[in-house]
Amino acid sequence: MSAAAAHDVILKLEDVSKVYSGTVAVKRANFEVRKGAVNVLVGENGAGKSTLMKIIAGVEQPTLGRILLDGEEVSFSSSGDAVNRGIGMVFQELNLFGNMTVAENIFATREITNRFRKIDRKEQERRAAQFLERLQAGIRPDMLVEDLRIGQQQLVEIAKAVSLDARILIMDEPTSALSAAEVEILFKVIADLKARGVAIVYISHRLEELIRIGDYITVLRDGHITGQEEMKNVDTRWIVRQMIGSDAKDFAKADGHVPGEEIFRAEDICLPRVTGGMAVDHVSLSLRAGEILGIYGLMGAGRSELFDCIMGRHGQATGAIFIAGKKVKERDTTRRIRRGLALIPEDRQREGLVSILSVASNLTLASLSRFVRLFHIRGGPERQAVTQMVRELAIKVADPAQEVSSLSGGNQQKVVIGKALLTGPKVLLMDEPSRGIDVGAKADVFRTMRKLSRDGLGILFATSDLDEVLALSDRIAVMSNGKLTGMFDRAEATEAALVAASALGHGPAPHTESP
Amino acid sequence: MTHIPAKAASSSVSSGSLLLTLMKARTFIALIAVLIFFSIAAPNFLSTANLILMSKHVALNAFLAMGMTFVIITGGIDLSVGSIVGLCGMVAGYLVLNGIDLQFGYTIYFNVVEIALITLAVGILIGAVNGLLITRLNVAPFIATLGVLYVARGLALLSSDGRTFPNLVGKPELGTTGFGFLGAGRLLGLPVAIWILIVVALAAAYLAKYTPLGRHIFAVGGNERASRISGVRVNMVKMFVYMFSGFCAAIVGLIISSELMASHPATGESFELNAIAAAVLGGTSMSGGRGTIGGTIVGAFVIGILSDGLVMMGVSSFWQMVIKGLVIIVAVVVDQAQRRLQSRVTLMQMAKAG
Repeated sequence: MSAAAAHDVILKLEDVSKVYSGTVAVKRANFEVRKGAVNVLVGENGAGKSTLMKIIAGVEQPTLGRILLDGEEVSFSSSGDAVNRGIGMVFQELNLFGNMTVAENIFATREITNRFRKIDRKEQERRAAQFLERLQAGIRPDMLVEDLRIGQQQLVEIAKAVSLDARILIMDEPTSALSAAEVEILFKVIADLKARGVAIVYISHRLEELIRIGDYITVLRDGHITGQEEMKNVDTRWIVRQMIGSDAKDFAKADGHVPGEEIFRAEDICLPRVTGGMAVDHVSLSLRAGEILGIYGLMGAGRSELFDCIMGRHGQATGAIFIAGKKVKERDTTRRIRRGLALIPEDRQREGLVSILSVASNLTLASLSRFVRLFHIRGGPERQAVTQMVRELAIKVADPAQEVSSLSGGNQQKVVIGKALLTGPKVLLMDEPSRGIDVGAKADVFRTMRKLSRDGLGILFATSDLDEVLALSDRIAVMSNGKLTGMFDRAEATEAALVAASALGHGPAPHTESP
Repeated sequence: MTHIPAKAASSSVSSGSLLLTLMKARTFIALIAVLIFFSIAAPNFLSTANLILMSKHVALNAFLAMGMTFVIITGGIDLSVGSIVGLCGMVAGYLVLNGIDLQFGYTIYFNVVEIALITLAVGILIGAVNGLLITRLNVAPFIATLGVLYVARGLALLSSDGRTFPNLVGKPELGTTGFGFLGAGRLLGLPVAIWILIVVALAAAYLAKYTPLGRHIFAVGGNERASRISGVRVNMVKMFVYMFSGFCAAIVGLIISSELMASHPATGESFELNAIAAAVLGGTSMSGGRGTIGGTIVGAFVIGILSDGLVMMGVSSFWQMVIKGLVIIVAVVVDQAQRRLQSRVTLMQMAKAG
């Protein structure tokens, strides 16, 4: 890192940790932001990138640790504080007021006023027009934000951040909704800002993008910073290795049992997207008892939506599903669970757990009818089932009456799995079952999956982790853009084939115009 | 090296948890405090007659507050209960006096038990209307029940053109006598209303703790999405809580009419506010997921004893309102402080462990 001296460090995080109820999002992170350079931050979903950025932007306060700006310790109690110190942020989820005009959004909270404290609309629109001009997006400052396309809204968000004249500008996945042409314009703007000495922190999943514009790269994994380098010294392989970890993951070995009869089949599942197009596009697949079928795909490939359709969470979904050859006519989740389907959702906090209830109540929430005589929940059998699940899944909890939010992420995930298992499912749908949990818990989860498949359950599991899907699956389905683009047997699947199939139907690299 | 921080952490945690225990028991502490205060400050406060009178006042609010507690636990609110009290009182009064005119010369008169059942059914039905508006038409609970508040009050006034149904003694030849039993009757020295309260409260507490429905009420309030995915029939749960709230309000309507032997269409105005206050005072969280029937009953007693005690001390009713308001605000502030303390204690533990 000798050439690093070319760019001064403007902001430094020292030993910063952030804890949310149930998860340690960032653990003792040390992170440096350099002036006049693009500082790239990369990591898998849930690695803690967004949290780290929110800490810098003053949206979140660190639980432990300190922030140094120009060498002096600072603490931001709100994003307003950070803005005053010259830190601006383009958020991943858009933070715009749809009911206001583009100019009003750009100057929200720092409105330009005339002598009588009246908002000077003309002046605001004139200045907004200048920023928008640089983005060449054809957006007029007097348009309502809700009338713009998502990509255009993202550009407004960027214009807003640029207009802050920030010394440090954080961009959290700024290109996720942009077309290839718009990305090019954004990169020009970034180069321009760089030349003016602005420090840019850039977060993205698109590796080719990062390598193109990054100067420094920092990799996060499970809340830890695992690598910090100059971009010219690294390649894609290095980034991926830092992201996934060189320590071989502890995947439970296959035990060589032979899958049985077909237990589940989905035929022609379709789900229209609200914005037009299909979120799930004519997907059919079948699953045998005791088989693990991995569904690989990138973010937004439609894996979660497929699971939602199977569970009956979308009234407008079409297609048919069969369990053990019998058609499932029930359309609501409650009765599909009774037929033997169970889902372990991707977002544990929002969809998996009732965080203010106890571990025990969460475990039995979906299967209460098992313990009921007439209308009375019998305490004995319920406690017994809870104790058994806690033991079988090795959930680390002192007392099952403890609130579930006090557990670590991995143990919370085990509670979600235990809840699904207590319903006595025939088919288990697992959406990113290893996301955001520590290595030990991952190994436990994988071992549980093996054991369940040996017991004759059919398991469909969705993941965007190549190693995981290759190590655990008996067969691998690949989804892209809502379609099933590949189906491989374990023996014939290769990384390259999976990656190729997962990119089908997506726009090519940013150099060419996407259709 | 590692000993010192570990010790410091554990001692701060344990002092935090003592404070937490005190905060959790705050409603009960408040109840004992007002009891002790008034038994010293107000003469005759502890006389049997006064205690029974007070418990009758408390009972009315406690019924409404129980229904409100379930609604608030699911994350909703029911503003219509006061109007349901008024309307149900009018239904009962109308049936005692007029029966139902079948339009071709016949009129059906019901006996008192039937009248009570019909009135309860009306309360449940209005609750079901609330529930349908909220679950099927996606109206926010605040707005849906506000609308029903006006509609029910209007119907109550329409039923008698704003007049009172007086003298609900009934006629022996029609079998409509005995309506006064609910409000004035006694069993084993306790007013009937208190016995009903005990039965309903025990049933509600049982429901909350030992039935799947009760568990689901808490789950829906804690995380609606997760409940749905776990197979909880969220809409059914919501329907139930509003119907139960309507049922509780109908009981109150019956008891008041029976006590006065008259039905007045303005009965129950602003009762919903007292009910919400009792639930909140008893530790029910307005954001849903938390609350107990026991806490709510204690909360109702604190509010009831406070207002009756202040009357006995001769404090002006204007000051009573100020004091009641302050008590509610303090209760919620303490509640928030407890939440913050609790989450900070767990977060610090996790940060140190992780």
